[in-house]
Amino acid sequence: MAVRELTCISCPLGCPLQVEIDEAGQVVRVTGNTCKRGEVYGTKEVTAPERTVTSTMRVEGGAQPLVPVRTRGDIPKEKIFACMEAIRQGRVQAPVQLGDVVLPNVCGTGVDVVATKGVAGG
Amino acid sequence: MKVDIVTIGGGPAGLAAAIAARESGVEQVLILEREPELGGILNQCIHNGFGLHTFKEELTGPEYAARFIEKAEALGIPHWLSTTVVDLQRQGDRLLVTCVSRERGLQVVEAGAVVLCMGCRERPRGALNIPGTRPAGIFSAGTAQRLVNLEGYLPGREVVILGSGDIGLIMARRMTLEGAKVKCVAELMPYSGGLKRNIVQCLDDYGIPLKLSHTVVDIQGKERVTGVTIAQVDGKGKPIPGTEEQIPCDTLLLSVGLIPENELSKEVGVQLSPVTNGPTVNESLETSIPGVFACGNVLHVHDLVDYVSEEAEQAGKHAAAYVQGKRAAQGREIPLKPEGAARYTVPAAVDPQRMEDQLVVRFRVSRNIRKGLVQVYGDDKLLYTRKRPVMAPGEMEQVVFQKAWLTGGEREIRVVAKEEEAK
Repeated sequence: MAVRELTCISCPLGCPLQVEIDEAGQVVRVTGNTCKRGEVYGTKEVTAPERTVTSTMRVEGGAQPLVPVRTRGDIPKEKIFACMEAIRQGRVQAPVQLGDVVLPNVCGTGVDVVATKGVAGG
Repeated sequence: MKVDIVTIGGGPAGLAAAIAARESGVEQVLILEREPELGGILNQCIHNGFGLHTFKEELTGPEYAARFIEKAEALGIPHWLSTTVVDLQRQGDRLLVTCVSRERGLQVVEAGAVVLCMGCRERPRGALNIPGTRPAGIFSAGTAQRLVNLEGYLPGREVVILGSGDIGLIMARRMTLEGAKVKCVAELMPYSGGLKRNIVQCLDDYGIPLKLSHTVVDIQGKERVTGVTIAQVDGKGKPIPGTEEQIPCDTLLLSVGLIPENELSKEVGVQLSPVTNGPTVNESLETSIPGVFACGNVLHVHDLVDYVSEEAEQAGKHAAAYVQGKRAAQGREIPLKPEGAARYTVPAAVDPQRMEDQLVVRFRVSRNIRKGLVQVYGDDKLLYTRKRPVMAPGEMEQVVFQKAWLTGGEREIRVVAKEEEAK
């Protein structure tokens, strides 16, 4: 039995959570929360934490050198740095439209990386 | 050139104010923007978390800005880019906005009303009195954000961040993701000034230590920063001898507060609040100069852009009513006084004849409060009370003020924030 200490970010209250996990990695109990959302957050954080990644990608032939990008949805937390590397290696040709897919299915997550802003040709 | 309303600034406040003014039926609205594009600081805020209140989804800064830019364009609101306003004066019932750009040279725009939307600036190193040398490698967090996100430069590899404001927290994550090593974030106060979610997602996620009650007491390096010394501080913010720790690094980022940018407001003689450093406004978000309105970070520093947009929409509507001559007759202004842990209120006065049925009064608290209460008194009569489990200096509070609460005869209205048991 292991206990993970977390701070709930579901609301500004920021409850200190203790999430008890058994040997199989299953959540046994969440304590310290003051509402249901804390339990949901704590369980998800411990079993399958996910994050949206935002960064910038180099633009070729654009009015600006970079275009801001994001993963369209959340990806597993442990793939953040692999995703960042893929974005760093990537290049996109101007013009770019907001919402354009600049990197499909990043790192096999099934999630696309999309442009969050338009960049005109230079 | 003559227009009805000018917004000084084309960031989130300027865009929302201009849109609201146009939608209120004002024909000639003009946005003046210093940068070559609209969107303001949102353009460099590429992280997500914007718009949860307004759009019920998590947008990045540029995506949030795009929604407003598209709307302004659909409404055909003209904007002058790369245009800096250098002077603002009142002449009779007109306002003269002097601006300069390469394209148009020096221009004086005559406006019926002006909405101040200039945003804020970062507090610089000079305001902190950190001893040490003057090497390269010391940046404000926002400057570093601009370098990384807009220009494509990483300003350093080994980083210490002073101040745990939201921009500093966001940059701790951003620089880590770009391959830099962020050694720690030092915060003078015993609590962080940033949003809790930012501490969890930007520091805890990457194992970056947050050292509360710590400050930088020395900067080393001649050409470039080679290290900083941090020390623990006592309850009065004074470094405690013997607690110094030297940390090798090549970069120091400062995230030590934002100051509303009111140089222009001073030119026209707008009265400023010593607490917010922004204009003192009434229920119409109108400053002490008739026809000059203010909203967004130039008025008081916000933590959520959603509230900037809301506030700016109100300022735009009020400016529209002003130029259209649709305002109710002026009545008596009742001052709003902050009390207890409440540091200020925006607005700072209400005219019961002019206020709408509901008015959002925003304020910040001076300290962390658990099991708190927010109360509103009209003179000694309790008008409103609400329990707040947690209040923090980093998170703006608000009261939705009802016109029905007032008799109109009040001498003053007090907005109180305090611990529950203190009643």
